[in-house]
Amino acid sequence: MIVFQNVSKIYNNHSSSSALDGVSFKMNPNEFVSLVGKSGAGKSTIIKLLIGEEKPSKGRIIFGSYEVNKLKPKEMPKLRRHIGVIFQDFRLLSNKSAYENVSFALEVVGYPQQEIDEFVPQVLDMVGLSEKMHNFPNELSGGEKQRVAIARAMIHRPEVIVADEPTGNLDPYNTWEIIKLLMKINELGTTVILATHDKEVINHLSRRVITLDQGKIIRDEEKGKFMLI
Amino acid sequence: MVTTFFRLIKYGLQNFLRNGWLSVATLVVMTLALSSFLFLMIFRFTTGAVLTTLEDKIDISVYFKTSAPEDEILRLKKSLEDLSDVKKVNYISRADALDDFKNKHKNDAAGQALNELKDNPFSASLNVKAKDSEKYAIIASYLENEGFKQIIEKVTYAQNQLVIERMNSIINTVNKSGFALALIFAITAILVAFNTIWLAMYSNREEIGIMRLVGASNTFIRGPFVVEGVVYGLLAAFLSLILAIPVVLTANPWVQKVVPDISLRSYFVSNFFGLAGYQILFGILLGSVSSFIAIRRYLKV
Repeated sequence: MIVFQNVSKIYNNHSSSSALDGVSFKMNPNEFVSLVGKSGAGKSTIIKLLIGEEKPSKGRIIFGSYEVNKLKPKEMPKLRRHIGVIFQDFRLLSNKSAYENVSFALEVVGYPQQEIDEFVPQVLDMVGLSEKMHNFPNELSGGEKQRVAIARAMIHRPEVIVADEPTGNLDPYNTWEIIKLLMKINELGTTVILATHDKEVINHLSRRVITLDQGKIIRDEEKGKFMLI
Repeated sequence: MVTTFFRLIKYGLQNFLRNGWLSVATLVVMTLALSSFLFLMIFRFTTGAVLTTLEDKIDISVYFKTSAPEDEILRLKKSLEDLSDVKKVNYISRADALDDFKNKHKNDAAGQALNELKDNPFSASLNVKAKDSEKYAIIASYLENEGFKQIIEKVTYAQNQLVIERMNSIINTVNKSGFALALIFAITAILVAFNTIWLAMYSNREEIGIMRLVGASNTFIRGPFVVEGVVYGLLAAFLSLILAIPVVLTANPWVQKVVPDISLRSYFVSNFFGLAGYQILFGILLGSVSSFIAIRRYLKV
């Protein structure tokens, strides 16, 4: 369960406008929630706050038993192990192969080698990359890189997968492949938070949509549609 | 725990191998830094040895009147030996001096002439060595004491004063400038090595960010970099020692021409393990500490 209570975020830059302004919402386990809005509406800020990359200026953020806004830098790694993150720019480790990128997420948590050897090929197979698991990121296409990133995000069975514009760099065909994967992950029992401004994706999903504008929630609907503001 | 440890080492070695040119460049700089440490040690040894030989050559001699009774001379010897600045006092009796001269001039006219004399013309002398070449002035002034005037013929300090003082100033300058040079060298080497590792780390900043996002703890992120630093240090230590071998062998005959008493080669060979130990220690410290500090910047949040 994820709860944002009256969360505001002001970046310490010259502008006085806030990136988030009194945002409150609640997400239940196993939900598939889309965050929609223009660039700068606050989608990425919500994600950064959730994974503790930024601290809120005001308000409380609850994730399961963690109160994220009160965590110390030392406690962050534990929180992040419950969340899998996928980015628009993939963020793979360039000097590690696809296999190593995925196994890294398990080694960090201290999984025994035997389980790593077992899980990693399974997950890479699930995202359709068993053929290319020993390729390095620069030898993979955009869609393939994003699938590695998804495999890495889900390998340790996190409660939540957060995807920040995961299809922003992909062609329509690969976009659907990625969205289908996310839906499959959601069906397996993981909460998925998807930040996007892809109208077709949102309309096709017909799941909960939170629409943001200038740091505020202007709409929060079950089975929402993409609407121009 | 053990698994984590092995994983850190595995990643450190992997980073080192896969970073290619970056690793090579860092390694070269570290090797240069460690080489300058090594040559500094050899330089200190050489100047030290040269100075000791020079200092060894300085002494003052006290010549006594031929009438001076031996027991008074020995008493003076004893009192000189009691001075804290005196290292050694050698007594050369009149008979010793005569024998010495005879031996040296067995076959020439001077030796013949000596035989014509009935009396031994040589005076007894004391050869005084100070612990520190700067203390000769003090010893000389002690010898000017009124009480000794009756038995002392002359003290060589007065003649050699200029040479001794000049030698002292040379010794001092070499010591001081050697130390300053060492300090400058060491600081430069540390800064350059540190900066290089910092740069290598900078090029890895995105990777560090990703590791954090995946939930890697600081230990897990930092570990491989520290391991990498240790690898740099170890390899650089070995390379600098290997590089030093031809340099020492080439320089050896030149140094021996100037100061015949010292052999760089035998110094290098007999102290090889000591030098290697220092190099490895410096290398590992430099590599690991630089990595450890440099990565702090990217671990925040």
